[in-house]
Parts: sequence; C-alpha cells; structure tokens
Amino acid sequence: MGDGLLEMRDVSVTFSSRRGTVRAVDGVSLDVRAGEVLALVGESGCGKTTLIRAILGLEPLTDGSILVEGKPVNQRQRTLRDLRRRVQMVFQDPTGALNPRHSIYDAVAEGIRIHGVAGNEPDLVAGALSRAGLRPPENYMPRFPHEVSGGQRQRVLIAGAIALEPQLLLADEPVASLDASIRGEILALLRDLVDQHGLGIIAVTHDLGLAWNIADRIAVMYLGRIVEVGEAEEVLANPQHPYTKALLSVVPEMERLEQQILTGETPDPSRIPAGCRFHPRCPLVASGEAERLGVLGKCTGVDVELVQRGAGHWSACHAVP
Amino acid sequence: MSDVVKTQTTTFSPRSFRWQRRRAATVDFWSRFRGDRLALFGLAVLLTFIVMAIGAPWISPKEGLSAVDSIDNPTWATPRFDYPFGTDNLGRSVAAQFVWGSRVSLWVGLSATVLTIAIGSAVGVTAGFFGRWTDATLMRLTDWFLVIPFLPLAIVLASVLDRSLRNVVLVIAITSWPGTARLVRAQVLTVKQRLFVDRARALGASRFHVIRRHILPNVAPLILANVTLAVPISILTETTLAFLGLGDPKRPSWGKTLEEAFNAGAISRNAWWYYLPAGAGIVIVVLAFTLVGRAVEEILDPRLREGGL
Repeated sequence: MGDGLLEMRDVSVTFSSRRGTVRAVDGVSLDVRAGEVLALVGESGCGKTTLIRAILGLEPLTDGSILVEGKPVNQRQRTLRDLRRRVQMVFQDPTGALNPRHSIYDAVAEGIRIHGVAGNEPDLVAGALSRAGLRPPENYMPRFPHEVSGGQRQRVLIAGAIALEPQLLLADEPVASLDASIRGEILALLRDLVDQHGLGIIAVTHDLGLAWNIADRIAVMYLGRIVEVGEAEEVLANPQHPYTKALLSVVPEMERLEQQILTGETPDPSRIPAGCRFHPRCPLVASGEAERLGVLGKCTGVDVELVQRGAGHWSACHAVP
Repeated sequence: MSDVVKTQTTTFSPRSFRWQRRRAATVDFWSRFRGDRLALFGLAVLLTFIVMAIGAPWISPKEGLSAVDSIDNPTWATPRFDYPFGTDNLGRSVAAQFVWGSRVSLWVGLSATVLTIAIGSAVGVTAGFFGRWTDATLMRLTDWFLVIPFLPLAIVLASVLDRSLRNVVLVIAITSWPGTARLVRAQVLTVKQRLFVDRARALGASRFHVIRRHILPNVAPLILANVTLAVPISILTETTLAFLGLGDPKRPSWGKTLEEAFNAGAISRNAWWYYLPAGAGIVIVVLAFTLVGRAVEEILDPRLREGGL
C-alpha cells in the first residue's frame, strides 16, 4: 500500500428517509494504486455508485475516512476544489449529465475554465475530444448534446474528465451505453491512460466480462459491502465467495461453470439481513451445503469479515474454509 | 502526466460560435412569435403607446395640463377639433392628460415589474439553491408577504411614504414579489436535481459557478416570461393606487385622471369623454401586454414546450 493513490477505511454512507435509514455503503475498505484499474462489480443498488460519489465528496461520509494521495476527503470547499481536479468522474447517464443548453465545446471546456488549466482553451478541448474518439473535433464542438448519439455523449463526458488530466478516474459504467465497436476503443483509451500516464481508475460495472477485459483487480460488492477482492485473474479463476461464483457463472465466456441463477431480488438496503447479508439468496444455504459444513448458524447469525485467502485475495464467507 | 491530452490545434472559435448561436436563437424566437397573430397585434398596440409616451412633449404641449394655462378654455367641452377628447371641469384638455398619463402608466408598469422580478428572482434562487434553513427562512418571509392582504398594505405603505412616483414603484414591488419568488424557487429546485449540476460539482465548480452557468440559464426563460405577464398587474396596481388618491399628485396618470373625473362628478354629468379615454387606455395596454406575454411565455417557458425541461 506504499503508493496508495486512494485509501478508503471503513467508509459508510447512510441516507435518512421517512421510512428509515438506508445504509448504501456499509463499512468499505479499499485501496487503489497509481497505474491500476480496479473494477467494482455488483448488481444494481449495491452501493457502487454511492461509493465512488463519496470519493469525490458528492456524498458526505457517515463514518470512516477516504484519503486521496494521503489527503483526507472532507466537505471543505477548498479541499474539494483541489480534490476535484485530481479526481474526475464519468457519469453513468450521459444524457442527464450534460446541460442541454451547453454546446459540446462548453461542456468539455467547463473543467478547464474552472481550474484555469494553462494552454489555449480550444486546442485543449480539441485534444480531449479527439483522445476520447470524437474526430475530427471541429465536427462536434458546435453541436449540442441532443444532436449526437448516446455513445458520443458518453465520450463527451470522458473528454471532459480527461481534459483535466486527473490522477484518479472514476468511471461509472463507462461503456454500458456504447456499441461494441466503440466499446473497444474506449476500453483501449482507458487502458492507455493507465499504462502510459499512470492513472488509477475505478471502473464501476455490473458486467464481470468487462472487468475481465480491463481490470487489474476486482472488488465484488454486495449490499454496501465488499464481499471479495483480489487480483483480476485470481478472482476470476478461483472465485471464493458464492456470490462471485454466481456472477461468474452467467458470463457467457465462462463455460466451465454450471449456470447458477440467483433467486430473489437484491434485498432492501434499509432492511439488511442479520448475519451474512447474502444468506437469504446464498446457493450454499439453499442447497443445504452450509448446514452440512456446520456453519448455517453463523451464516444467519454472525456478521462476516473479509478474510485473506491468498496473496492479495480476500473474501467474506463463513462457508469457505 | 503532461500530455494525457495530446497536443492538437484547432481553428474553432468559441466566441464567434456563441455569436452565431445567439443570432440563431433570436431569429428562431421571432419566427415563432410572428406565427401568433394576436401577439403581433398586441405588440403593434404596445409600440403605438410607447411612441406616444416618448413623444408626449411633441404631441401635446405640457401647458395643456395646467389649470392656470387653461383658464380661458371652455369647461366640460365635448370632443371637437381643437380638443379631441373634450375638456374637463377646469378647461384642461383631456387628450393632453391621456397622452401624458400613458407615460406614467407605462413607466411605473415597467420599472415596478423589473424591481418585482429582481427581488423575487434573487429570493427564489437563493432559497431554492441553498435549501435548508436559508430556504425555510426566506420562504416563511415570502409566505408572510403573500398572506398580507395586498390593498391595505399598499395603502398603508403609500400613505406612510412620500407620495412620489418612486414610492409607488416601491409599494408595487414590495407587495408583488412573493409570487415570483415561489415560482423561481420551484424551478430552481427541479433544475438543481439534474445530473449536470452534479457533474459541474464533480468538475470542481463553486456554488456561484453552478448558479451562473447552470441554474440561471435554465430558469431565465421562466423569469422572462413572467416579466411580460407581471407588467399588466403593475399597471393595474398603479391605477388602483392613483384612483384612491395615493399616487404622485404632481404627475398625470390614467388612474389619477379617473380619480379626478370621479371627484368632479363626470359620471353624474354624463361627461363620458372625461373618463372613457383613460379607462380604455388601461384596458388596451393591459390587454396588449397580456397578449404579448402569453405568446412569449409559450415560446420561452420550458414547461409549456415539448422537449424542454
């Protein structure tokens, strides 16, 4: 953890509503080094987006701490402004994230203006746009978000983020809305930013196949907790947690695993189950495997911690020896 | 990490592009507006009245308003060639009062509206954007102004303050800003929830930047549309105050003409030429503003337009 670009310790984010408190992120510890891609995988509503929004200070922490290059993230205006130059985010919904009244030029130039980046503004914008695959940039600058396709809007967001030359890029489903052909180009761009320029990237995705493509490390999230984290190859080749196994089994490329369709919806984060929070949907519990191993009582009654299973490989499951 | 963004030069000029865009928007606005015949009629009427108000000194010499200068004129004269709208009980030309009165009505209507919108927008944007206790405080204040019966407050204010045109404007603005404030606040609340505001924050934008670049441009059309609809209300309010004798006693306004006609017994004398022009002037100007305002609102208010916010 020497060159820790990002360090998160016991991060919790809770929202209060009339129906009670919702623990969107519930005690997450995670590190990202410079020059690595961490894929944050999990199904909808598991707190992935909330977690990366918290890194940018867009959601105040209820508990725990986040350090970016050793400096804590807090809600003070000055630290936030400085932080938001070094950390950039690509939003999931490019249509909503672009002001319909601003041209693409203005959308990309916004960060450059806010931070007073040195250089000729039109040239910087043109460079960012062509890097993000919008070429020739002159064709796109005068247009408005509603005049280009969803995939192109996504790339406008990416251009706006990389124009600031951040050290950490938070990409929320960066390629979910893109065609397969453009998807490859964007993934190559992200990979290139990491390899050539030493960025750290957190790529949020619900698609383990994508994680397989670009990630150095994978963290699997379930109901506000990390349930498994490790080197990408290690997690993919040797998954420990039953949730990871279930996710992997439905990736088409993973032919060797028997398909395992999880039953039920993601539980409501305002009513987190006691014990292991995955137990109501756990195939090991459902098949009686947990009972055979004699851990059923722990599964339904005792909270699980991440336990080291190998070099840099951690998982949180009572049923894994 | 110096050249994440590869060096590239471009011939794109943001400034000339912005100009082009503004011009295109103006052309677009006009072509929509032109399609509305009633609005065009309203605009023509308004322009006529504005020309009359500006050109009052040339159309009708100011001496015509003075009772001393009119001492030799016939009183209660019916309309005829030298007195198009007849004369009043003091022999003054009603036409001169009509022409000069349009000045006050239009001026008060416009300036009171500008002030109303300025106060209302400032309060609305501040309350909506900052939320929490700022919002709670400002909105309680707004509610307070909103529930005070308008006319009694206006009368009290007008009688406490000096009776000058400036104070009439002030009285109208003080009593009518809460409506605008609530409207603007509601719109700010919806714009604030949009994801592009989050993106601007994630880019490191200050609150001021977010308000100026994202909130205001998305609220401005609503404010502008509100302006054209607030003018007629201001004009009617000025008339009401003047009719109750709370206007500026030294300046002729349509409301004051009505008051004087009433006090001089024009109605029982059946001297219709005395009160009819002022009354008709108010109705026509208010109608014209409403016609124009309705069209402008239809074009600018995103809520009335498909594909907008």
